[in-house]
Amino acid sequence: MVTEEFLGIAFSGDEPVTKTLWITDELRGPIEEILGHSFNALRVRYWESGNRTAWIIDEIGKEKPITIGVLIQAQVVDMVRVLEFREIRGWEVRYPFFTDQFNGARFINSRESRNQMLNRQVDGITGATLSVGAVTRVVKVVLYLSEQVGAPT
Amino acid sequence: MQNVVKSVVMICPIFSAVQSLPVLAQNEPTLQGLWEIIQQQQAEIDDLREQLAVTEVNINGTNERIQKTEQIVEATGDYIESLEVPDPSASRTSLGGYGELHYNNLSANDSALDTEKIDYHRFVLFLGHEFNDRVSFFSELEVEHSLAGDDKPGEVELEQAFVNFSMNNNVSAQGGLFLLPLGILNETHEPPTFYGVERNDVESIIIPSTWWEAGVGLNGNFANGLSWNAAFHSGLEMSTSGSSAFRVRSGRQKVAEALASNFASTFRLRYTGVPGLELSASYQYQSDPSQVPGDGLDSGDFFTAHVIYQRGFFSLRALYAGWSFDGFAVKGAGADKQSGWYVEPSFRLNPEWGVYTRYEDVEGARIQDVFAQWEAGFNYYPVPNVALKFDYRKRTHDLFTADGRDFNGFDMGIGYQF
Repeated sequence: MVTEEFLGIAFSGDEPVTKTLWITDELRGPIEEILGHSFNALRVRYWESGNRTAWIIDEIGKEKPITIGVLIQAQVVDMVRVLEFREIRGWEVRYPFFTDQFNGARFINSRESRNQMLNRQVDGITGATLSVGAVTRVVKVVLYLSEQVGAPT
Repeated sequence: MQNVVKSVVMICPIFSAVQSLPVLAQNEPTLQGLWEIIQQQQAEIDDLREQLAVTEVNINGTNERIQKTEQIVEATGDYIESLEVPDPSASRTSLGGYGELHYNNLSANDSALDTEKIDYHRFVLFLGHEFNDRVSFFSELEVEHSLAGDDKPGEVELEQAFVNFSMNNNVSAQGGLFLLPLGILNETHEPPTFYGVERNDVESIIIPSTWWEAGVGLNGNFANGLSWNAAFHSGLEMSTSGSSAFRVRSGRQKVAEALASNFASTFRLRYTGVPGLELSASYQYQSDPSQVPGDGLDSGDFFTAHVIYQRGFFSLRALYAGWSFDGFAVKGAGADKQSGWYVEPSFRLNPEWGVYTRYEDVEGARIQDVFAQWEAGFNYYPVPNVALKFDYRKRTHDLFTADGRDFNGFDMGIGYQF
């Protein structure tokens, strides 16, 4: 799936506004805490229309980056899609039977909390633990970033 | 008299106010004065209008400068990010690994068989390289028991080294030395992924994990979570005599100048279409597990199936594996049927702690490989990819001739992956 295809599905044909969020030190700390490793990007592009924001972020599964698209509506996960999967194992995370588990997910504790938890249990895939972890981390990062840009709720 | 005085006191202020009226009338502005005030205010309005016009011009200019600055910042960001792109050839090479240190303290019925040892059981490095989007290489190099060489306990082993050809998103082929698609642990055996310091015995004795062979394989998957594997590869070279006769684990040639007179094939169907659930079944055919025609070990059929179910904090693993060998010698030795199974429920108390128990039943070729074992223990994860392990286990052999080998005791270990 390419970016345009993801955005087309995410915004149902509406033309979203492309925006940029610069990753300041204030943002970088919590992001790295969620990821468990450094986050070197200067900025993150996202797309906004109404109270929906769409984000595309890469995260390493076992060895290679997985390109993950996340749509947020009113600070709740509306859709997760794997745009590019490059690993040999863990292919299951590409499919809706896994990604649909995130639909409706949101943080259950305050944004100041150092340990952001989702409001739902995401069941893993045997043999795909690292890929599942990568998708979960990206969803959490996107929920955090969407709070920071303050998209309308 | 008092009333007269009161009246005078009340009237005096009123009289005084009436006297002052002519003075107020004298201070009213004249028409000329009003005209001057209006003229002055108009001048101030004109002045403010001019200032406002200048301010608007300035704001427009500032906006233009802000837009230009934003463009410059974006361009700078683009440039910096372009500098951050690493050397493509370097980024296509990846490194990983895992390892595990074990301590065993086991008391046997025959105290001569007591075990008290510490062993760096496995140290493994993964090295992979992506030639392009479709062709990649993957390898796994292992040092077992720390020290390899003549009369040393360990080995240096090449456990994986294959080239993977991705035909499309759903089908790939591989050629080289690879792990066979059998059971749970054979392909996924990084220490943080399983409970117990030592791997379970069914997947050691009946499925001789880690089991790799050389050959070609074809893999596919579907959007509904169903996947399949087919592999054609080198076979076993099992002994038909001696202490390891008909022992599958001893029959692995490990692709070390391996005899290749008779090959084998392995097939697997696996379903992972429901998160938390895995159903898998594999079949393997060995055309001659001894590589020697007419020696009484003619062929072998192997079947294994397992289920993994994880729901919330609860998880269950159950696996069966069984061999059926054909040939007069293996039947005469009573080793033509070898099988085992285990059930392992576990519970994750929180992200750091998990507890489990396992019961397994094994019927292998040697007398010491026919037993039942119960164990329980926990894993502690300080971080997700590091596990500190503890277990207690009790093994009871089926044959009275092996009673002295019955044992109970505990194991401790630390394992990691990256």
